[in-house]
Amino acid sequence: MSSTTAPQAQKVRSAITRRTALKGLAGGAALAAAPGFVPYIQAQSSAPLKLGFQVHRTGIGAAYGRWYDRVTTAAAALINEEGGINGRMIEIVTEDDGTDPKRGAEVVEKLASQHGCDLAFGTLFSHVVMGSSPRAGELKFPYFVVSEGHHVASGKLNRYTLQPGITDVKSQVRAMAPWVSQNLGKKVTMIFPDYAFGHDHRDFFSEAIAAQGGEVIEKIAIPPTESSFTRYFPRIPRDTEVIYHVMVGPGVLTFVKELGEFYGSGARPQIFGFIDSLEAVDIATPGLEFLEGTYFWEGMPRYAPADAPEYETFYRERVGVDANGASVSDSKDISTYAHMFGCWETLHVIKAGMEAAGYQGPDDRVKLIEAVEAMTTMPAGRAHPQGDKVFNGKTHQVFGHQYISQVADAKLSVVHTASIDDGMYPDETDYTAQPF
Amino acid sequence: MSRAVGLHIAVLAGLALAQFTLPEYHHGNLARIMVLAAFASAYNITFGYAGMLSLGHAMFFGAGLYAAGLAAEFGGIAAPGGLVLGVIAGALMATVVGVLALRTTGVSFMIVTLMFAQAAFLTVLYFGEWTRGDEGFVIASDMRRVLGLDLADPATRYWAAFAVFGAVMLGSLAVARSSFGRVLAAIRENEERTRMLGYDVFRAKLMALAVSGAMAGAAGAAYALLFGYVGATFASIQYSILPLLWVLTGGAATVLGPFLGTLLMFYLIDVSSSFTTAHMMIVGFALIGLILFFPKGILGTLRERVVPWLP
Amino acid sequence: MDFGPYLLLASLEGAVGAAVLALTALGLSLVFGVMRIVNVAHGEFYMLGAVIAWWVTSMVGGHPALGFVAAMVVSPLIVGIAAAAAERLVLRRLDYDPEATIVATIGLLYVIQQLALSTYGADARPVAAPIDFRVQFPWFGYSGYKLCVIGASAVMMLAVWLVLTHTRVGLMMRATQHDPETARAFAIPVDRVYAGVFAIGAMLAALGAVLIVPIQQAHYLMGHDPLLLSFIVVIIGGLGSLRGTVLAAVIIGMSDGIISVFFSPTLAKILATLLVAFVLVWRPAGLFGARPA
Repeated sequence: MSSTTAPQAQKVRSAITRRTALKGLAGGAALAAAPGFVPYIQAQSSAPLKLGFQVHRTGIGAAYGRWYDRVTTAAAALINEEGGINGRMIEIVTEDDGTDPKRGAEVVEKLASQHGCDLAFGTLFSHVVMGSSPRAGELKFPYFVVSEGHHVASGKLNRYTLQPGITDVKSQVRAMAPWVSQNLGKKVTMIFPDYAFGHDHRDFFSEAIAAQGGEVIEKIAIPPTESSFTRYFPRIPRDTEVIYHVMVGPGVLTFVKELGEFYGSGARPQIFGFIDSLEAVDIATPGLEFLEGTYFWEGMPRYAPADAPEYETFYRERVGVDANGASVSDSKDISTYAHMFGCWETLHVIKAGMEAAGYQGPDDRVKLIEAVEAMTTMPAGRAHPQGDKVFNGKTHQVFGHQYISQVADAKLSVVHTASIDDGMYPDETDYTAQPF
Repeated sequence: MSRAVGLHIAVLAGLALAQFTLPEYHHGNLARIMVLAAFASAYNITFGYAGMLSLGHAMFFGAGLYAAGLAAEFGGIAAPGGLVLGVIAGALMATVVGVLALRTTGVSFMIVTLMFAQAAFLTVLYFGEWTRGDEGFVIASDMRRVLGLDLADPATRYWAAFAVFGAVMLGSLAVARSSFGRVLAAIRENEERTRMLGYDVFRAKLMALAVSGAMAGAAGAAYALLFGYVGATFASIQYSILPLLWVLTGGAATVLGPFLGTLLMFYLIDVSSSFTTAHMMIVGFALIGLILFFPKGILGTLRERVVPWLP
Repeated sequence: MDFGPYLLLASLEGAVGAAVLALTALGLSLVFGVMRIVNVAHGEFYMLGAVIAWWVTSMVGGHPALGFVAAMVVSPLIVGIAAAAAERLVLRRLDYDPEATIVATIGLLYVIQQLALSTYGADARPVAAPIDFRVQFPWFGYSGYKLCVIGASAVMMLAVWLVLTHTRVGLMMRATQHDPETARAFAIPVDRVYAGVFAIGAMLAALGAVLIVPIQQAHYLMGHDPLLLSFIVVIIGGLGSLRGTVLAAVIIGMSDGIISVFFSPTLAKILATLLVAFVLVWRPAGLFGARPA
């Protein structure tokens, strides 16, 4: 099996060396010129900042967790190479939550109380976020989720929970509707898993496509543990113009294969899916030929474009992924490219926030939150390789570009890039009005 | 005061003392463990004492969880009311299911309870509009108050968990030492003979299930109110297997066994995941090792070999 | 699609599911029936079968059929050895105590799952079907391999039945199932029968998984559902009745597909689940059970 650690992994665990401490001091002195900066006293602390990483190492999210781990390690190594945060190295403290909400809450507790971390980040699956976030709020523990869920922006969580590194599903879905209705069709049949993730797609897309003058003519909800899908396909109405599918989980390959078998080489509607279905899956896998010519939402284009900017290439190199989105040590090991950038960007946001707040320790947690809430535009670059972003301090949610790609020759190439505005929606909450 | 009662009072006293002495992390853990141990104790009534292998207790726990959670979310009913509703929901569900399921015994009973629990789980998902399905929902903090105290506060939470656990544990002790408990034990040992002796086996078993369901409902409601999250995960089959595991490792048909089992499994997972990423394997081997040396669970084996008076 | 063809499609789907379920459940029925223990790790043997099948097929190059045939031989063999080892090292020491076995097999479940996660990984990986052709019905296309699965499963179950009813080994197993004490009195090596049965039970599960893996994918958590379904099937069919197990698998597999034609998927699952419960409430010994369990 291929190694999951990025090349520079070792640096994270290294102790403070005199060289790095001096570098940090130099950096600190440079920063002292910035307004509002709290003077960095050498005697105070050269102990590393402990960032708690809640990862799905086991359970249904394990495939994602592995890549989240890899990207986190690479991002932390880079940050440390560049001098750490406020002159202090960062140490990633990892705990497995088993993709389980009960364990997630326990892990938040462990990271905060036993490990003494400054904050925690990294949770992906929505139900684990919902189960863990209350505890973070109670502990007054900054909690940066990398989840894509709409839960943060919906106001259901608390002021200590933020999602500044990855866009949410409502925004993604809304950004798709204009292009889909103009280029693929207005009569849509949706196939989605019958739980919260699928329901979000169902609700948000129905609303968005209606605003474009389209209509969802059939909604096929598939029970969560289904492993065989053929029996659902006859429900697809004959006059469907676009099939919109967001099946996820181990059964997805079966889904695509069976959809292909169902239609054969005959006429079929346009097909639009979300790359969530194919994260960590090779498009060239036998049985997926049916996907040729179909379209996918991508959070971050898996296949590097010919004109990729320097920072994108740099990101790929640091996390150990080749131009096809696969691991550099095993070309069959496809990454979860559309999601994992969230960890990279979140860590860089944490760095920026800590630097803006002059973060020294747990007493400054509130200042850190406020500093992040004050962020607005995040330009594309090494800190944000997925693209430029706009952060909404009130809803604690970031907005960014969404990509639509088409499968051609078993590769994905981007055919449309949605603007940040395409994905915007009215605020549903204002966390800044809540007390800490 | 007999040795047995004395032991249990001592355990409770120890737990009460721990509130003041434990470091923050373990203090929080113990609150969680106590609520889950209450659930395990509830299961013990059905499985350990009455000898019925139920694989459906997740639905009783879930009934309590959702009763409290939905009442808080949609009915504005705060913690004390939520707990009462949880107990009622658990008892009601257990009685209804029991009337049907008790027509079967043994492995058939196991599957029937499993099926009802699965149906309940799927129903939670089906009504996702209100329950938010597997993603679940967070209970507003002003619903999580009792006597003006905030249940999210560590000390309050610990005492609330302690109260629930203590009540359930003392309830189990009472059942174990009562004549009702002896009837259940007789049913467990030989159901036909007990029936022949004139006992209404069906009523006894139904009673056991109802008590067990009520306690499980209390645990579920407590979990929702104390920790603030309600989700379908807690009604899934995992939560029917976990109490079984906790009871079996700690010692079935012992009052303290469920608590010990819950405590042990929690720390086994917690500690092993601290020093390896392959922690499931450690847990697995530990379970196998444990059961090889303590075939009747820890306290069950101890009772057999050393401490025969343990209830 | 019109109702008739829709029903046909659902029935075919149900038949495929039933075929694999029958094989897997048969393994459990043997273990449960003969040894009277609940093997919570049965689903993990199934998963191991699928994972090993992937491993074998990816090592054997050339035509997919070659790798597949190799997998059909190698995978159950390895799984059988693993099961026999577990039986000898753990279950025998517990003297097959039902409750202790539950804990031990839960432990085994964790160990096997973690093993798979650490070596095979968290991804779901496909295996190419040995034969790839489409059967074109007038109303829809259907995978030819799936139809072959139904046939293959039937053949294998027939083989198992023949072994059980027409060989000495089978006779010993049935005798032990009927009454271990008496069997021992007749000089049947009950301990060895138990080891053999446990291994064969695991091997049947692995076989079922090898058949299904070109249709679904091999994933380290895939043992969960087959475990549940197998137990349901075994008990509905009636403990100690292999014929009952097979028939129950067919009924449950087919009805699962057909009910979904009439109701929305989740509602269909709720109804199917309750149906199973009520069958047992009505007939506690299962459909073909000899005596109450």
